[in-house]
Amino acid sequence: MPKDSGIGASPKRREDVRFLTGKGQYTDDINIHGQAYAHFLRSEVAHGTINGIDTSAAASMPGVVQILTAKDFEGVGGVPCGWQVTDRHGEAMQEPKHPVLAEGKVRHVGDPIAMVIADTLEQARDAAEAIDVDITELEPVMDMKAAIKDGATKVHDDLISNLCYDWGFVEENREAVDEAIKSAAHVTTLELVNNRLVANPMEPRVAVGDYAPGTDDYTLYTTSQNPHVIRLLMGAFVLGIPEHKLRVVAPDVGGGFGAKIYHYAEEAACTFAAKQCGRPVKWTSSRSEAFISDAHGRDHVTKIELALDADHKFTAIRTDTYANMGAYLSTFAPSIPTWLHGTLMAGNYTTPLIYVNVKAVFTNTTPVDAYRGAGRPEATFQLERVIDKAARELGVDPADLRRKNFIKPDQFPYATPVAVEYDTGDYDATLDKGMEMIDAAGFEARAAESKAKGKLRGLGIAHFIEACGIAPSNLVGQLGARAGLYESATVRVNATGSISVMTGSHSHGQGHETSYPQVVAEMLGIDESMIDIVHGDTSKTPMGMGTYGSRSIAVGGSAMVRATEKIINKAKKIAAHLLEASEADIELKDGAFSVAGTDKSVAWGDVTLAAYVPHNYPLEDIEPGLEETAFYDPSNFTYPAGAYICEVEVDPETGKVDVLKFVAADDFGNVINPMIVYGQVHGGVAQGIGQALLENCAYDENGQLLSGSYMDYTMPRADDLPMFDVDHSCVTPCTHNPLGVKGCGEAGAIGTPPAIVNGVIDALHRAGHTHVSHIDMPLTPARVWAAMNG
Amino acid sequence: MTSVTMTVNGKSVSGDVEGRTLLVQFLRDDLKLTGTHVGCDTSQCGACQVHVDGKAVKACTMLAAEADGADVKTIEGMANADGSLSVIQQAFQDHHGLQCGFCTPGMVMTAAALLKENPKPTEAEVRHYLEGNICRCTGYHNIVKAILAASGQEVTQIAAE
Repeated sequence: MPKDSGIGASPKRREDVRFLTGKGQYTDDINIHGQAYAHFLRSEVAHGTINGIDTSAAASMPGVVQILTAKDFEGVGGVPCGWQVTDRHGEAMQEPKHPVLAEGKVRHVGDPIAMVIADTLEQARDAAEAIDVDITELEPVMDMKAAIKDGATKVHDDLISNLCYDWGFVEENREAVDEAIKSAAHVTTLELVNNRLVANPMEPRVAVGDYAPGTDDYTLYTTSQNPHVIRLLMGAFVLGIPEHKLRVVAPDVGGGFGAKIYHYAEEAACTFAAKQCGRPVKWTSSRSEAFISDAHGRDHVTKIELALDADHKFTAIRTDTYANMGAYLSTFAPSIPTWLHGTLMAGNYTTPLIYVNVKAVFTNTTPVDAYRGAGRPEATFQLERVIDKAARELGVDPADLRRKNFIKPDQFPYATPVAVEYDTGDYDATLDKGMEMIDAAGFEARAAESKAKGKLRGLGIAHFIEACGIAPSNLVGQLGARAGLYESATVRVNATGSISVMTGSHSHGQGHETSYPQVVAEMLGIDESMIDIVHGDTSKTPMGMGTYGSRSIAVGGSAMVRATEKIINKAKKIAAHLLEASEADIELKDGAFSVAGTDKSVAWGDVTLAAYVPHNYPLEDIEPGLEETAFYDPSNFTYPAGAYICEVEVDPETGKVDVLKFVAADDFGNVINPMIVYGQVHGGVAQGIGQALLENCAYDENGQLLSGSYMDYTMPRADDLPMFDVDHSCVTPCTHNPLGVKGCGEAGAIGTPPAIVNGVIDALHRAGHTHVSHIDMPLTPARVWAAMNG
Repeated sequence: MTSVTMTVNGKSVSGDVEGRTLLVQFLRDDLKLTGTHVGCDTSQCGACQVHVDGKAVKACTMLAAEADGADVKTIEGMANADGSLSVIQQAFQDHHGLQCGFCTPGMVMTAAALLKENPKPTEAEVRHYLEGNICRCTGYHNIVKAILAASGQEVTQIAAE
């Protein structure tokens, strides 16, 4: 029987009531008395020299409060990058300044040039149109390979070149990998593009800056996945505001998917301007602005080679990737194509030798950073595509080739040649489960039905692994992170026994307000309704690193468990005193403390009351009160894995691809709330299908964004997608966190794209189009038709 | 400025608006009915869906002045008179048809319009009708289930699938 409460149950989400009745409190719903409105005048060209900015006409227009340009930000720091990658020669990456407003040059369409603040948004927009910016256009740097040739136009004049870094991993393996590929029985080579995407959370970004002159306190309301990180970065590196004078609030946030991790210039500008003009300053991004100012994702150009021996065992992998950084380094940008990509190149397989080379390149495009999956989708896509291609070349079943090379359950813990140690997994189990769910045995009959209708049906298989639960601080410190990646929780038990849990993680759709209380309630044996979760406000929550990298329950949940354990320890001491028993004999069960082997007990509420009304209390041994904080720093990543399998149908007349069946068999370790986990996978799969079939962030040769609205950027709609069949019954619990959880938020976006593309290639091969070995995403009808008929 | 008067969620309201003021701006900024959201600027996403004189309308496609005299219903007016969730709202909660909640008001308003036109839609009809509403979180799976359930049709319980 499914449980109806606690860990493993699926209670209805408590946050839903406010969202379903229009009572959510998103950042744009916040209005502060006296606020002014900001509008950013942005560059319309990709690359140019700013000769002058004339704001005089605009400044005298109705309602204009103030107009700020780069010169007003003298003494203010640039937008910082949070990760320094060291290249294969031991040198630090090239790191350009990222001014809050463009200084001297504009480097991408959307680069902010001036900030206009007025009484109303319309007045600010009107005034922005009256600003005269004199720009001399420069040649835009768009193609990554051309950008790093000698003599190429530079995005940043003060850097040596457009090469941010040339990273090799594991550098010591380079020659051995080359040798293994040279001597291999078979080598499969694949060149591919991992298409540039825009995260597109449905809520555009918003920032409201406020300043209290009486106390010199600043407050920033912002659409963030990690308000403490924003406070740290903006306070320490941009505006020079100490933490105790700066509060950052991220209230209800309408989706993130990575795009709301980073510290953005508009946040600093609104906070800075609030003091400058003596009024709260609000900026709300339009969707058009979001397309040119939110950090983009992916954008890798890759060549991968897979070497196999005569027995079809993988012997080596070599990859060469060009990774687009855009015009500036976004907060975590350098880490995505390196440590979140190269370390996953072993996949689920026992390949002994791996070498990953990544050249990160500056271009005149919007900065690129993590988008759902971040580096791991890029690794998984190339690996699962090249394995499929190898199976086809060798004439073997793609599932069997994977099974032959899987790390087997008795090999865990398994140290890969790319520096990570997987703790647990059973990849045969997840693949078998997925094949059963898709009814692989019935595929041929369904393919024949499709054929009878003139359609081409294909079966697409992919298996993925990811590193989640980011991350052990000492390890990421060695790898160049400029922050720790622990998480925090404060469990505040109130006098009458109700509980507030303050977490450093942040919910922007993940349902923490429902799932976190399930854990605490289970540990204490009390009702979930007695527990509330507080998040998203640096003045209320302990320093925490926020939510991304499928880390909330694995890291934030673990911190909450540790804090709750401290609560239990102290509560037992109080109970022992009240019961006049030895602490060692006290048992906590169903919300009551009892003396083992007796019928003496004291209720949860009596103990909590005693903690705050300590009349009969062991004051000589312990302090009053019942509130504990824990910081949890994981000892390893977690490693969710799973099989993503689909059946697609290609219309040979048009090249249109329909996804008919999609199954996901995941091993997420233990699951707290199955309903929420299903929902996370559904959303990830939809984004993965979006990448594979629909979405593409396209620039023209002049650096103009061609896909700058929902008219041009194809977001998956309800009628593009099938129902999904998802399962997480294969469980190998994580061995190193207290809940045995692994994380589920990104899996769908990682496992799905290669499954879809493998399915389309399978359909084409079955129909005799054997010359088609790859089609770059998105697999639009035009691209598929051209490949078939090319 | 133009004076407008309309009925919103059963109450008569009025205000002064610029000619260019959109209905969604009037609802959010003047009436502080912030449940109606703005997710795009090309009338594609459907987060601002409301009902005007009983018809589903994207409130970014209509000027406030055009709604003068109209009967407007927003997400704030969708719950039952006693404050409990309506059948559609309850189905969204029961079937986990929302995650971040930002597209949700528009989804609920669209679902209500669909079920008024077509009380027992098929899955394909639901998906087609949602074409003007974008959700980035759910993959639509549970939204479709919620709407089918709200129409009284059998769907599997969330925890069983």
